[in-house]
Amino acid sequence: MTDITAAPLPPGRTPSIHTDAAAKSRLKSRYGAEMRFRWLGAGAIGLAALFLLLLLSTIVTQGLPAFRINSITLPVNLSAVPADPAARAGFDYAGVVNDALGAKFPDVTGRQERRLLRGIVSTGSGVILRQQIENDASLAGKTVDVQVPLDDFADLYFKGLLAESAAPQQLPGVTVSAASGDVGVTFSDDAIARLARSVGAIEAEGGVLRLTSGAASLLLDVGGGTVKLTEVGPGNMAKGTVYEALDASVSTASPAVLRTITTPEASRKITDREIVWLDRLKADGAITSGWNTIFFTSGASREAELAGVWGAVVGSFLTLIVTIAVAFPIGVAAAIYLEEFAPKNRLTSLIEVNINNLAAVPSIVFGLLGLAVFLNFFGMPRSAPVVGGLVLALMTLPIIIIAGRASLRAVPPSIREAALGIGASKVQMVFHHVLPLAMPGIMTGTILGMAHALGETAPLLMIGMVAFIVDIPGGFTEPATILPVQIFMWADFPEPAFQQKTSAAIMVLLGFLILMNAIAVILRKRFERRW
Amino acid sequence: MKKFLLAASAASLALAASMGVAAARDQIQIVGSSTVFPFTTAVAEKLGQGGQFKTPVVESTGTGGGMKLFCAGVGENTPDFTNASRAMKSKELETCKAGGVTPVEIKVGFDGIVLANSKAGAAVDLTKDQIFKALAKNVAVDGKVVANPYVNWSDIDASLPATKIEVLGPPPTSGTRDAFVELVMDAACQEEVKAANEKGCGEIREDGAFIEAGENDNLIVQKLEANTNAFGIFGFSFLDQNADKLQGHKVDGVEPTFENIASGDYGVSRSLFIYAKKEHVGVIPGMAEFIAEYTNDAAWGPEGYLADKGLIPLPDADRAKVAEEAKALKPFGS
Repeated sequence: MTDITAAPLPPGRTPSIHTDAAAKSRLKSRYGAEMRFRWLGAGAIGLAALFLLLLLSTIVTQGLPAFRINSITLPVNLSAVPADPAARAGFDYAGVVNDALGAKFPDVTGRQERRLLRGIVSTGSGVILRQQIENDASLAGKTVDVQVPLDDFADLYFKGLLAESAAPQQLPGVTVSAASGDVGVTFSDDAIARLARSVGAIEAEGGVLRLTSGAASLLLDVGGGTVKLTEVGPGNMAKGTVYEALDASVSTASPAVLRTITTPEASRKITDREIVWLDRLKADGAITSGWNTIFFTSGASREAELAGVWGAVVGSFLTLIVTIAVAFPIGVAAAIYLEEFAPKNRLTSLIEVNINNLAAVPSIVFGLLGLAVFLNFFGMPRSAPVVGGLVLALMTLPIIIIAGRASLRAVPPSIREAALGIGASKVQMVFHHVLPLAMPGIMTGTILGMAHALGETAPLLMIGMVAFIVDIPGGFTEPATILPVQIFMWADFPEPAFQQKTSAAIMVLLGFLILMNAIAVILRKRFERRW
Repeated sequence: MKKFLLAASAASLALAASMGVAAARDQIQIVGSSTVFPFTTAVAEKLGQGGQFKTPVVESTGTGGGMKLFCAGVGENTPDFTNASRAMKSKELETCKAGGVTPVEIKVGFDGIVLANSKAGAAVDLTKDQIFKALAKNVAVDGKVVANPYVNWSDIDASLPATKIEVLGPPPTSGTRDAFVELVMDAACQEEVKAANEKGCGEIREDGAFIEAGENDNLIVQKLEANTNAFGIFGFSFLDQNADKLQGHKVDGVEPTFENIASGDYGVSRSLFIYAKKEHVGVIPGMAEFIAEYTNDAAWGPEGYLADKGLIPLPDADRAKVAEEAKALKPFGS
């Protein structure tokens, strides 16, 4: 320091370059730069966390309703079911379920109306009933309570995702001219006209307001039945259609409850009539909401209420078994040979470069390879987990080799030298000493490779695993699909209930990925050795 | 460790050996169009629910890809049916015949292509001519062919809203796009454009007014909800299922409804087909039953379950004729 100050200074320089104003501003800008970088870093983390949170919360809020399902319990008369199982082929199981539902609503007689009523129960109800009878033959001939899922739109209605309704209003003095059919309704005041106008009724001649399917629906619960209002006015008069028969016509002014369904009938996939039926069944306690076991036990289906992930989970499992059975031994053997035995020459370094490149090849290329080699050349079956597993094995092989070599390299040379020094052969040295120490690292790499393979769809597109498959696969050569493909296909179906299924299936897939990554972390923490 | 490795490699060898011998196929395989996919899967599921046959495997490969696989030849490794959102081309029939395949055409119904926007946006009545002017790459202005100059809908016709032309639609790989080009763009093509370039009619503008939104129609529905000024082009079944969010526009004064498409009044609709491989009937179990299930009024009729899924049925007389020909396995193109 003193040397510097003693040295002759150039003109215009103050003695200490570390304390003058320029130095201070330099220092300030350096601190500023550091501070900015820290804030930018924290901001980047915050933004990433925000996006992740947004993504997860959208998936979870959309997917959660799919984990519950509304079912209906009906007393089904099975006396018509033949006692001999051989005579049951072609028996109309869905018919007896529909009869049981029809018995709940004896007023419903028209063909169109009965068709509409049938529609509130899942079309798979016949299949469910058949399975129950096949499992328990003693049911045939009796009348038993059978629980079947509701149709997906009825299910969505109860989940509040299909139609919005306003809070019900109590009305004091209401009379109704008849117990069924088209009726006249009188109210105690003309508040009803104001309400009708506010919900989009169309003005017609003579002070009449017409409630068309483009307006909100007004449902009047009175005298033990339900009237849907079709015209309001003039004054406090109204006309309506009885959707559920009253006990009798209401001649003295009685209290009533007015329900307003604000989503117009024309823009929802459920009619007022169905809503009245469903609410009646709910009030009778026939409809219960429960854990959706179908979602976890069945395969794909075109009916949202019958669709499940189990087929895809089994398919994923079978595929991954093939992948690990092929990729793990080959990958580890290749890593050991390249790291411990192979001479270091041009050929091995060429192989090394190629393996590293292979790890970066887009996965669709492996699918094309699979199509050309396994399907077209070896003639293996389409859509089979064995082919999918082989393709994914080719894809994960480089990852396992690279992870394996890195773990083998991390074992210190002293271990090898000590083993060789006390007379072990090279093979003994590798298999008794080096490989056990490298195993946690290899396992971690393998599990991460498997997790990667679990999330792939692109390579499977080419070999026919992107398909609609209902039956749960029973073996390696039976057609199967996998979880990410199932998600992709559900996202493409037009029915709104499949949107929830998509998110729910994503949650299942994320669950598996988190589980696999957790195993990798545990293995690393428990068995890892540091030198 | 040694034993484990040995066992693992033995297992993988055994696997490799077992794969060579594929068991005789007892399950129908179907490939083809993604538009017909939602309907064919429903029929496949019904066949499986009968308990007599395994549920057919249905892949969604696109019409062209399906034709290629279907016509590749006869045998267990080739599919039994292919879905198509257009009729088989003569070139494809030649390939089929060269592969020894006799296709049987079954026309299963109609699909309408709709122009729709969010319910919060304006409802408009378009003509095919206006749609052409809004979306063509080159249009004729005062007798000269120029790059499409229209920015707002009101530039085309004063009766249309003064909002920017913004249309979300399918990419060129899609069958919906092919059908849209054929039914609207080619049909309403201006003479000058046709004279300037024979292929020019089908060219859609690339200046941002038409946005390719991918094959997933649900994605278009979501984007329309977010952007009330944008229009979308997609299949009728998506409009039908999202009636609470979207409104379909009239084309040439006709509203895209189930009835109007079924009666043929709505101009932008196309036929949907499945093709059966005659050689496989009787070899792969369940093929005749699958055709019978598809051509049954409980499935493809006006009140069948396919109508619930958005398929628009053929007129009664056509259904009877098609069902009869399908049952007799009348070869296509003869």
